[in-house]
Amino acid sequence: MRLTYPTSIKIVRVPCTGKVDIIHMLRAFEKGADGVCVIGCMEGDCHFKSGNFRARKRVEQVQKILTTVGIGGDRVKMYNLSSGEGPTFARYANEIHEIIMELGPNPIKLKKKQAA
Amino acid sequence: MIVADKKPVEEIIEYVQGCKKILVLGCNECVTVCEAGGKKEVGVLASALRMYFLNQGEDVKIDEVTLERQCDHEYLEEIRDVADEYDAIVSLACGVGVQFMAEKYHSVPIYPGVNTCFLGATEQRGLWTERCQACGNCMLAITGGICPVSRCAKRILNGPCGGSSNGKCEIDSNLDCAWQLIIDRLKALGRLEDYEKICSIKDWSTDRAGGPRKVVREDVQI
Repeated sequence: MRLTYPTSIKIVRVPCTGKVDIIHMLRAFEKGADGVCVIGCMEGDCHFKSGNFRARKRVEQVQKILTTVGIGGDRVKMYNLSSGEGPTFARYANEIHEIIMELGPNPIKLKKKQAA
Repeated sequence: MIVADKKPVEEIIEYVQGCKKILVLGCNECVTVCEAGGKKEVGVLASALRMYFLNQGEDVKIDEVTLERQCDHEYLEEIRDVADEYDAIVSLACGVGVQFMAEKYHSVPIYPGVNTCFLGATEQRGLWTERCQACGNCMLAITGGICPVSRCAKRILNGPCGGSSNGKCEIDSNLDCAWQLIIDRLKALGRLEDYEKICSIKDWSTDRAGGPRKVVREDVQI
């Protein structure tokens, strides 16, 4: 298939998106990530029944927090895919990359650099 | 347990504006169970505050501590040596914990990080419902274990009222009529004769109406 996706994306493997907590996403932003994309199984296909639904709710909470603190809730996004959908993964990866490029770098990262 | 709900981050940001060193203080008891003020929530709030102040270009140090309880002297003493170093402490404990903190540490403003709601139970994850109003004069023995004080909108002691319809309360069609529950329960227990007993006027002097209350137990005092 030889599909490519942006090199800006670092993959963090988790056993299930249900494992991804609010604090994990917030820490990523605190440490300077420009965006976070959570990719879970298709809705209804979670091996642990509701892990991807939990993740979606947590992503929504993170969006609210990021909006409140002025980082921008659009920097975090949730997608659903099955493991056989390589092309869709590449498409989503490109999509989130485009969104983040449009939003620009994480303002915290810039402020940290200025302070240093 | 005491059920609390998270305060909006905006409100907390407003409290701590201008502070340079902030302690976010969680509690390992009730507020941890209702996912409003435990270690996890402390981490989330502290992270949100850190990002907010960084984004504002302000250098604010935010620490996180979660105590076993905030309603007992011995656990509150754990921060005795460091409390004075902070410009503000945001306590994610219930109102009891916030007040006890404020009584103990006079030099630091203590801000509440949660809204304390009621005494309730976890019906399911994310759903807590009121079960007790701490009236100080429990009558569950004659009501089949269902409290008309906390679960009846009118707190009536000889119900149901005319607003009970198909087992639901008139204030909300999704809310069970407490007296319907009581009758059903007494019927199931074969104790409907308890329902026949007229409940006389309740002694409300033990309720909040008598002012702040206290329990004195000389048998356990040292």
